[in-house]
Amino acid sequence: MFSAPLPLILLAPFAGLLLLALIGRGGRSLTAWTAGLSMTGGLAAALALAPEVFGGATVLWRVAWLPEWGLDFALRLDGLGLLFTILILGIGVLIVLYAAYYLPKYDDLQRFYMSLLGFAGGMLGIVLAENIVLMVVFWEVTSLTSFLLIAYKYQEVEARISARMALAVTGGGGLALLAGALLLGSVAGSFDFSVIEARAGDVRADPLYPVILILFLLGAFTKSAQFPFHFWLPHAMAAPTPVSAYLHSATMVKAGVFLLARMYPVLAGTELWFVIVSTTGAITFVYGAYVALLKHDLKGLLAYSTVSHLGLITLLFGLDTPMAAVAAVFHIINHAIFKASLFMAAGIIDHETGTRDMRRMGGLFYTMPRTAVLAILAAGSMAGVPLLNGFLSKEMFFTAAVAHPGFDGANLILPIVATIGGMLAVAYSARFVWDVFFDGPANEMPKTPHEPVGWMRLPVEVLVALVVVVGFLPQWSVGPLLKVAAEAVLPGAVPEIKLAVWHGFNLPLAMTVVAFGLGVLQFSRRHKLYALQERYAFGLTSPVAFERFYRGATRFSTAFMALAAPRSLQRNLVLFISFLLVLGGWAWTSTEMASGWVGMLTGPLPVSEIDVASAVAFAALLFGALSTVIYRRSRVMAVIFMSVAGTVVSLAFLRFHAPDLALTQLSVEVVTIVLLLMCLRYLPETPVAQSTPGRRVRDGLLATAAGVGVTAMTYAMLTRPYETIAGYHMANAKPGGGGTNVVNVILVDFRGYDTLGEIVVLAMAALGLHALLTGTRMQGPPTLALTKADRYPIMLAELMRPLLPLSLVVAVYIFLRGHNLPGGGFIAGLVAAVALMLQYVAGGVDFASERLRVNYVRLLGVGLGIATLTGAASFWFGMPFLTSTHGYVYPPVIDKFELASAMAFDLGVFLVVIGTVLLAMTDIAALRRDETSAPAGASAKDKG
Amino acid sequence: MELLVSVALGVLTASGVYLILRPTTFSVVLGLTLLSYAVNGLIFFGGRLKAGAPPLSVPGLANQTDPLPQALVLTAIVIGFGMTAYLLAVALKAKSESGTDHVDAGETR
Repeated sequence: MFSAPLPLILLAPFAGLLLLALIGRGGRSLTAWTAGLSMTGGLAAALALAPEVFGGATVLWRVAWLPEWGLDFALRLDGLGLLFTILILGIGVLIVLYAAYYLPKYDDLQRFYMSLLGFAGGMLGIVLAENIVLMVVFWEVTSLTSFLLIAYKYQEVEARISARMALAVTGGGGLALLAGALLLGSVAGSFDFSVIEARAGDVRADPLYPVILILFLLGAFTKSAQFPFHFWLPHAMAAPTPVSAYLHSATMVKAGVFLLARMYPVLAGTELWFVIVSTTGAITFVYGAYVALLKHDLKGLLAYSTVSHLGLITLLFGLDTPMAAVAAVFHIINHAIFKASLFMAAGIIDHETGTRDMRRMGGLFYTMPRTAVLAILAAGSMAGVPLLNGFLSKEMFFTAAVAHPGFDGANLILPIVATIGGMLAVAYSARFVWDVFFDGPANEMPKTPHEPVGWMRLPVEVLVALVVVVGFLPQWSVGPLLKVAAEAVLPGAVPEIKLAVWHGFNLPLAMTVVAFGLGVLQFSRRHKLYALQERYAFGLTSPVAFERFYRGATRFSTAFMALAAPRSLQRNLVLFISFLLVLGGWAWTSTEMASGWVGMLTGPLPVSEIDVASAVAFAALLFGALSTVIYRRSRVMAVIFMSVAGTVVSLAFLRFHAPDLALTQLSVEVVTIVLLLMCLRYLPETPVAQSTPGRRVRDGLLATAAGVGVTAMTYAMLTRPYETIAGYHMANAKPGGGGTNVVNVILVDFRGYDTLGEIVVLAMAALGLHALLTGTRMQGPPTLALTKADRYPIMLAELMRPLLPLSLVVAVYIFLRGHNLPGGGFIAGLVAAVALMLQYVAGGVDFASERLRVNYVRLLGVGLGIATLTGAASFWFGMPFLTSTHGYVYPPVIDKFELASAMAFDLGVFLVVIGTVLLAMTDIAALRRDETSAPAGASAKDKG
Repeated sequence: MELLVSVALGVLTASGVYLILRPTTFSVVLGLTLLSYAVNGLIFFGGRLKAGAPPLSVPGLANQTDPLPQALVLTAIVIGFGMTAYLLAVALKAKSESGTDHVDAGETR
């Protein structure tokens, strides 16, 4: 079914975020209104779709994202998604209002609201995603934005540490979730939730099911702060209270239980699910409630209470009965409402009294009665007092606990756990109410408390009104929403939901009574508990363990990086080459060697004869290469020996019928040698460091091994036949590309896109060089007192000048014929560059620069521009990028020649090559300090 | 002939590898150049040692060599030049900033 408003829900917060970025610091109320209205807009879009969802439909919407990978940007809105959307956006609007009054006047609300909207968008993405990979992406969005929100007061160390901790824990869980989602997608054959849900049976039967389940649970438990990953949540209280009220009651931490709910139809229903989820939930439920009782910090109490309630929801999902799942969904709603209002009330108290320590406050009922009434009602709901919404879901929990098939009769663990948890909740709620509003020294507070401004209290009033309305009239207020949400969790198996305040005298009611009695008793004896706690405080709490782990991991990775990626380039290279050798050796030894070592080495092709010329060239190459190594310290000698090897390589290209390559190699050889010789002046003649003999032996062994490996590989390759794929290129060069030189046609036509990339790389190298050397001045060794004539020999200068036009003509000739005969833009560019370079060599830089007023950086741009525009010109004719065309022209005087559009492209190549070579040369020449170059330039001018 | 070519590429590789492991920047540049000879040769000879005509699509010319490795190597040679030039610039800049031509100038050795 297609429907337009569905993406609008998701779009609204992100659009608001962009808008906030655009309006900048437009003042407090403008930013607040923008944030609030974008949330309201999303909520309106969701409500517009609500009738469809209540009608039992699941609204789907998709656009192709990476269709070849089976990934669509697919959204769904079912009952569960609708419930969460309303919670996220509804509470979001209230938070926006609250934050505008809570945050200090001097704070920059733009940053806060942008993070908040980004977070809300991420949450919506999670609950609306149809594609589970998309869900993971949004999951990460919430992890990152919550990091920003917790670290909102980034000037404080505690905020930074807490934010980092939350990110590490929830982000780590996100990684597990990603792995789980990918596995689940491969098992189910699709990443679409609808498909996965339909194949739930196959998923549960798959051998990978336990792995998938555990990965998903890791994601859910870290996000929802389940034991033993709970510790980040209390620390995250370093965030401003609006953030805590939003993230840590209604949204972020609910993402984990949302995941449980979403995956319930797919992953639940097994023994493994029951054991892991219910145990984790039960431990978290009791542990969180117990620690909450010990906390003196207002937000600490609420945080651990949240941990406990999340544990309760997890436990309910873990029980794996329809009734328990309904109770879980119901408690998600109720907890979000009363906990968000409690956090906001705590924020007001903090705001008005200046402290969060419950031992320092008291009697607030008399100074801020309206806030007190609201907070007491919400706390009553937290404790499970009848006629408030918390009572209803807790009764449902007790009922589910009693009715669970695994625990009837003799086994009373579950009802006992439930009662203990309930008792602790009563105790900490009572402590909250008593210590803050009634008992305690009223005079120790930093500020004299009074009621906040009405707008700040309004969000609390709205939420507490809901607490009461749901408590009194459950069926009327949330009944339908709960029903559609439960239908999404339990497809086709929703039990009849009876929402009523009074269920009659039964076992759950008795449990409630016991929990209240014991809870009040516990509350009255709490001081003994504090004393005990002070004496036997836990040594190894989770945050400490986390910090230890974190430090250890950091130390380990630092040590590992020092070993694996040392700062020394030399050592890096040794590691890299050794690794390559190991890989090569492994490939060699792990291959089946049916015919032994020699058989591996030699393929079936016949070996060709060695001729005398080749043998001589081979000897020259060996001599050149090895002498380069031996004479590397007498650098000019080394360069000459290297050029011997290079010349043999060019000859080899010629010998094996690659005239284009021979020409290219030869001209590159020339320009490389000129550059190398130019650099020698600035590099010290005696190297600073000599390698130790041991290191030389090691490097020699590595080099020998590499050489032997390459020899073996080359020989094995050369003696084996292969299937060329060049047939197409050979056949189509003339008819399709308009040229007979297949190498050139491949470069400028068949693979023109690659060539474009290559000249871009070339230009980037030249620009990089330019950026490095611009402005750098270096002092070479003192110049010998050479005469002008010695420096620029007259013979060379006189020879070079007439040679320039001649060689440029050669370059043009090579360029023009390149499409049909050996030549082309690369070679022509190099030839022209050599010709121009010789002018510099013969006459001096200043002499040549005087006459060649070309900005080579601009030349690079022109060349790239021509090549790109030629490619883009084919758009004009409605053809894809770089489609070529060709025709014949008949200029006067010279013979007809063929003009292909690819030649314009080749012209771009030509210019880039010239630009690169000459830019490199002139930049290196310009290194010379001005005082020495000035006379040289003058002398050159005299001669010119 | 095959053996000759293989040994030649092996020697170029070995010389190149030894040189790039030296502490002097200039040796590294030389080594990289030798190494790129070897690598270009390896790709080129991927077309095998074929006695034949250059890859021109001219009627009457039969038994041509494989044009693909040649096209690959042609740009590789030119880009190799760009890399050499860039590396030289890095070496010069390092010398100018640190006063030494050690590849690990300023770092732990």
